[in-house]
Amino acid sequence: MENAAGVMQKKTPFAVKDCALITIATGIKVQNLKEFATALKDVPIGSIYHHFWGRLLRALFDEPEYNNDFASWASRGLHDKRLAEQLSMVIPTDYQDMESLRREMIEVIEQRLDESEYVPWSKADQQFHFLKSQIVIFDTGLRYEHPAELVPQINSLSTGSIYYHFIDARNRTEERVDDFSAWLVGFEDEFKELVQNLCAVDPYFSSLHEIRLIVSNIFQQFFAKEEK
Amino acid sequence: MKKPSDNSLQDMIAAYRAVTSANVIHQLEQLAMPLRGAKVLHINSTKEGGGVAEILHKLIPLKQALGIEADWEIITGNQDFYQCTKGFHNALQGMHQSIPDKLLQNYEKTNQQNGEKLRAKLQEADFVFIHDPQPAPLLQYTPLRKGKWIWRCHIDVSKPYREVWKYLREWIFPYDASIFSLPEFAQPLPHPQYIIAPSIDPLSDKNCPLPKHEIQGVYTQFNLDPDLPMVTQISRYDRFKDPLGVIEAYKLASKLTPLQLVLAGGGASDDPEGEVVLNEVRQAANGVPNIHILLLPADANRTINALQRASDIILQKSIKEGFGLTVSEGMWKGKPVIGGDTGGIRLQVINHYTGFLVRTPEGAALRTRYLLHRRDKLTEMGMRARRFVRENFLITRHLQEYLTLMVGLTSGDVERINVGGA
Repeated sequence: MENAAGVMQKKTPFAVKDCALITIATGIKVQNLKEFATALKDVPIGSIYHHFWGRLLRALFDEPEYNNDFASWASRGLHDKRLAEQLSMVIPTDYQDMESLRREMIEVIEQRLDESEYVPWSKADQQFHFLKSQIVIFDTGLRYEHPAELVPQINSLSTGSIYYHFIDARNRTEERVDDFSAWLVGFEDEFKELVQNLCAVDPYFSSLHEIRLIVSNIFQQFFAKEEK
Repeated sequence: MKKPSDNSLQDMIAAYRAVTSANVIHQLEQLAMPLRGAKVLHINSTKEGGGVAEILHKLIPLKQALGIEADWEIITGNQDFYQCTKGFHNALQGMHQSIPDKLLQNYEKTNQQNGEKLRAKLQEADFVFIHDPQPAPLLQYTPLRKGKWIWRCHIDVSKPYREVWKYLREWIFPYDASIFSLPEFAQPLPHPQYIIAPSIDPLSDKNCPLPKHEIQGVYTQFNLDPDLPMVTQISRYDRFKDPLGVIEAYKLASKLTPLQLVLAGGGASDDPEGEVVLNEVRQAANGVPNIHILLLPADANRTINALQRASDIILQKSIKEGFGLTVSEGMWKGKPVIGGDTGGIRLQVINHYTGFLVRTPEGAALRTRYLLHRRDKLTEMGMRARRFVRENFLITRHLQEYLTLMVGLTSGDVERINVGGA
């Protein structure tokens, strides 16, 4: 796991990266909750990442009811709303790494199996297909020395850049925060409020286009206030 | 395929920049950087008709504009060859259809002959994309290949007829990777299976903005009633597109809501069954008022565009569908789509948001009546549909995934790949 501060050291310019993701089938599919619990123990860890985070770079309607693919399937495939609610409140950044997240998921599902009188199942055309992804990261060459320089630029960043710096960073770095916040911390207390505002963004219910707008607004509002 | 001039390629890139955004194009340019100069060859079995040819017509020059030496060849065969591959198509979509040995032998021989004809290009290419089952055996007939070979399946193979799949998969096994449109279509194969949804080209004749007079021109051209709401299904005359179900839905809906139905489609040169199905459709519509059955030539793209724009609702009531480009086409024009609850349509039609998913003619009739009575919902869904396509189903996204796949394939089985010093 990277250290965000290590990647973008104190007061070094913010290096904008971009990424593209390609989805790969793992070949593992399940039709009922018991199969799901078993498969969850064996799927590549990248699959857990994909269904929590990578989904944001897939075709996704911007008003998802649940915030990860597992919860969506529990609702739409298994028609188990209770499980869907429980799975959607498993927050990846609460766990030290993806393996701990996997264990928690299995725990929630096994508990649900214990409670159930029968094994919830889905129709044949509603099976859960475990996916994983390959992510290609490239440097855009864009560098920003001061946070104020980012204000007019954020809205023109690609959704891949937003994904990389605002979503992927939470899984990639020890601090489990977005790259903007990690960089701003390097300026000590000067941008403390901006960091707080960024960290308060719940990225689970928005498309990347919306997240870009939210982040841009936070930067704009902060610096507009500073000017006053 | 002849390469367009550098100027026209750059003009094309500028046009896509205008319709998408500068950063979408910038991202493509950066992703293509490590692939500059790579020889990429696409092979399918028709230059005209059907979604595959339509995508390749634009994907190839776009790759060329990004510095990739992209090329497109087709394989050709006799009537028996197309009868055999149509049989594959039907069987892969679940129809119980055995293929006689004689046709299979002809299929293999045709591929061998095409392999000999295309040998130099097939051997030289760094990446070879083989589209659908028609040219699948080419790999076996190219023993001196040096590049990565990828089988791109555009068909809904979620429940293939086993006997035919068992035969075809032997040709697919040795590929380096395959691509399916949806996770549900992936099959047990010994190589990575990428998931890439198809796309539409916003600048093509079929999807570009049209002047008002051209849209209204379809009323006189096809004797349509400009005062009646219009519901349209554009698709090949193919049983999987359920044109008879569409007529049934129209009959049910028109009992309570005045409307007209347009069923329009052409044939693909590799589809020998079209005429039979068209006759069945004509028979079913015989004597029913306000049904317009149109047989359009393969190049009637602007006409299709105008018909879609003149429509109130787009139907795609397929019972099996690999993707259904007509769904995104309709959505791009701001129309809600009533689509069959199957395959790739589910990816595009978000039920109750960008249209409705239906399983029966009754369902299609109900949703048609609802939308024609609730014009506010019709407009709202249409706007959402256009935005959804802009963000997810334009050719620029499709190209981005192809580029990512090529970079990924050359990097081995790793999850994160840094290029260009990232």
